[in-house]
Amino acid sequence: MKRTVMITVALFAAPVLAEGGVVERLLEEYRAAGAAMPSSEAGRRLWTQEISRGQETRSCASCHTADLRKEGRHAETGRSIRPLAPSVNARRLTEAAKIEKWFGRNCKWTYGRACTPEEKGHFLSYISTQ
Amino acid sequence: MKRGLTVLLITGALVGTGVTVFYSAAAAGDDDAHEWRGESRDARRLPRGLMPAADPVYQSECAACHMAYPPRLLPARSWERLMSGLDNHFGENAELSRETQEAITRYLVVHAAERAESRISAKILDGIPRITTPLRISETRYFVRKHDEIPERMVSGNPEVKSFANCAACHRGAEQGQFDEHDVGIPGFPHARF
Repeated sequence: MKRTVMITVALFAAPVLAEGGVVERLLEEYRAAGAAMPSSEAGRRLWTQEISRGQETRSCASCHTADLRKEGRHAETGRSIRPLAPSVNARRLTEAAKIEKWFGRNCKWTYGRACTPEEKGHFLSYISTQ
Repeated sequence: MKRGLTVLLITGALVGTGVTVFYSAAAAGDDDAHEWRGESRDARRLPRGLMPAADPVYQSECAACHMAYPPRLLPARSWERLMSGLDNHFGENAELSRETQEAITRYLVVHAAERAESRISAKILDGIPRITTPLRISETRYFVRKHDEIPERMVSGNPEVKSFANCAACHRGAEQGQFDEHDVGIPGFPHARF
């Protein structure tokens, strides 16, 4: 009986641990690269901060909307984007390589440069609480 | 006599296919050109649907931002040029690792329009001058002709559509390679018929 309970607990906890593991590991990397303490509040502010880019302004919310639990829409192509919030989309934040790939592409689109480890830390802690 | 026959044949070919002198001249020493002209004449015998994009790497890397366009919709040279400029992909950064980029390029080139296993491929190729390399499907003459009656307010002015790049917004079978105009529904314009 005790064993069954433990297995059940392990089964339900596994995805949560895996997700926490990926995010924790990345945050640790960013800290090692000199980033200040990650703050989900700072991440939330950065998320909707509009950046002037030529004729238009851009922010993370341009495509992902300000509510991460909602479906987004690609600003150029109109393609729908599944919600980023792990609370409604369990596959989010489970793969380090995928997270870094999208930081790479989307920071360049939004800011015209790579994000700093500190910014990535803020974003990651904000997204993971949604 | 033989020379007269040749002239007659060339004239016949010009009138028959309706191509400009320029293209015939370009085609004269080029077997490929004869080949695709020949294919286009048989276009009506080819199946209507297009093979949808099936490659899982292409799907996962490209289809997050836009539909995985069927490779049959552009010639191989277009895919090659497009894939070699991913750092500025229509104003966006879409860089991939070298292996991934090469694998996707291979898939697109091998399945490009020259395979002409569908009517649309043959017609698209027919409308592309051989000296040009279009990067957007929506720039090809065939595409422009097929969409010339669609007003801007239904596409760029339509928040549900936004762009001609968003095929599946109106072509409900697009992801399955079906672009038949009888299956078109423009969001917000339920009564528009084509």
